[in-house]
Amino acid sequence: MILFALRRFLGFAVTLLVAALVIFWLLDLLPGDPAQFILGINATPESVARLRLQMGLDTPAPERFIAWIWGMLGGDFGMSYTQRAPVGELIWGRLGVTLPLAIFAMVISVAVGLPLGILAARRRGKALDTAVMVVAQTGIAIPNFWFGMLLTLLFAVVLRWLPPGGFTPWHENPGLAFRGLILPSLALALPQASILARVMRTALVDVTSQDYIRTARAKGLTMGEAVWRHGVRNALLPVLTILGLQFAYLVAGTIIVENVFYLPGLGKLIYTAILERDLILVRGATIILILAVTATMLVTDIAYALVDPRLRERSAS
Amino acid sequence: MKRLFAHPSLAIGLIATLIFLAIGVVSLVWTPFPIEQIDIPRRFLGPTPEHWLGTDNLGRDMLSLVMAGTWTSFLVAAVAVVIGMGVGVPLGLAAAAWGGPVEWLVLRLSDFIFAFPAVIVAILVTTLIGPGAPNAILAIGIFNIPVFARVARGGALSVATLDFVAAGRLAGLNNAMIAWRHLLPNIMSLLIVQGTIQMSLGILSEAGLSYIGLGTQPPETSLGLMLKDAQGLFLIHPLLTIIPGLAIVLIVIALNIAGDGLRDAIDPRLRQGNPNVLA
Repeated sequence: MILFALRRFLGFAVTLLVAALVIFWLLDLLPGDPAQFILGINATPESVARLRLQMGLDTPAPERFIAWIWGMLGGDFGMSYTQRAPVGELIWGRLGVTLPLAIFAMVISVAVGLPLGILAARRRGKALDTAVMVVAQTGIAIPNFWFGMLLTLLFAVVLRWLPPGGFTPWHENPGLAFRGLILPSLALALPQASILARVMRTALVDVTSQDYIRTARAKGLTMGEAVWRHGVRNALLPVLTILGLQFAYLVAGTIIVENVFYLPGLGKLIYTAILERDLILVRGATIILILAVTATMLVTDIAYALVDPRLRERSAS
Repeated sequence: MKRLFAHPSLAIGLIATLIFLAIGVVSLVWTPFPIEQIDIPRRFLGPTPEHWLGTDNLGRDMLSLVMAGTWTSFLVAAVAVVIGMGVGVPLGLAAAAWGGPVEWLVLRLSDFIFAFPAVIVAILVTTLIGPGAPNAILAIGIFNIPVFARVARGGALSVATLDFVAAGRLAGLNNAMIAWRHLLPNIMSLLIVQGTIQMSLGILSEAGLSYIGLGTQPPETSLGLMLKDAQGLFLIHPLLTIIPGLAIVLIVIALNIAGDGLRDAIDPRLRQGNPNVLA
């Protein structure tokens, strides 16, 4: 098991390193001189040259790459040259919106999706099953940000229960901060919950026809008990993989949804950085996003292997 | 063909998809009003006999915009599928036919690309070359590559154990010929089903990317761009967001139903949960 985890970790580290290389290389290709861009077209060649030196733009690319990686390992993501602040701090501040949002959305989609999937599987072919699957089919087809707009119309304009957008920082008023994230996390959760419900249903239906369920029935358990004790636990395995992937994409998805609600999350930061050609900031933010995605996948893989020893053996050979 | 239409969901999904596609195609030659026709005095009209779906903040005809936007959405998603298939399928087939280090490399490569959600690719590409529909196509297309590589490899592996492949090898075919003559034709149905699913995901992604300004740019229009335009106004003029959003939902549902139906029609054994329904 330790060997398996180590191998997965190695893969994770290599992926991150290659991703960093790709990002660095892509952004390095960018036409235009960042120093020139910051100083504007009226800058003298001397002042541009001075800033280039200051930003370390004159050192060779491999050296700059290693310096960047080395800095990140120590938590230094470089200085944003438009915001005049450390990139690490800027991103950290925004994660206070993005991460809770992704986590809330995940919790909601699990709390709604899994029970509905189990229910549909247990009532397979009945009206309830059809109803759940129709809702899920629709939920998958709804863009989460558009659902966010509809939620705002309903809860902020028609019912006036919740604010239409904006965000109060956690340290000022946690209650208001939480209220600000309710609608966005619901919006993010809808498609995810629909997918989960479908996957859970399929997995459970699959599992229900297995021999061990028949054995469990033969030893006197009712169908409900057999499914609950033996079926659900086995059906959760494929669901777990999906969950990991979902969380990874939820973090990326917040970038879009936060726009609807004017939330000051990572997306807003990145968008401004792109417009202002703040490459160091774009670089830092994308690598953080990829870190979030790959780390989630790593954790999922290891969790999967912990609950299912078969997988460990297969991938070790 | 008859077998295909024995499945009602397939017929419904396919017909609905074709209707939307036809609406998009018609927009190329005719829309009720020119989409770039700005007419401020007639803005924010509700539905009228002249403007069936009303007009937007610039007085443009909403029906015309939806028609043109539908075409953009289909086009972006379709080209992205072509990119995904064009790169992913050969990779997947190579992995199955050669095995060993080739397979290892293809699998690691697709793991690697999976670490880049379309949004991140779009961010990078936009920083590189500025915003525009091609970014969305590229971002979604890149995301499609590992999906098709995996489907192709998985399908090809199950075919590769069959006798006619062994016969082909005995007849002296090399790996490339095996992949081309025997593996590819036998996984076409799988690829078509996956293509339908990726089309619907592509339409959703295009909407998201255009909505945050990383996709289609004016004067072009797309359903996602219409939602972006509606962002500041929809609390007062809900129709501006409801109409394009509904169009997206209906198109995606049509494609999904067609995809599900296609899967059942082609191979009932495939009636499994599809792990690639993730956007």
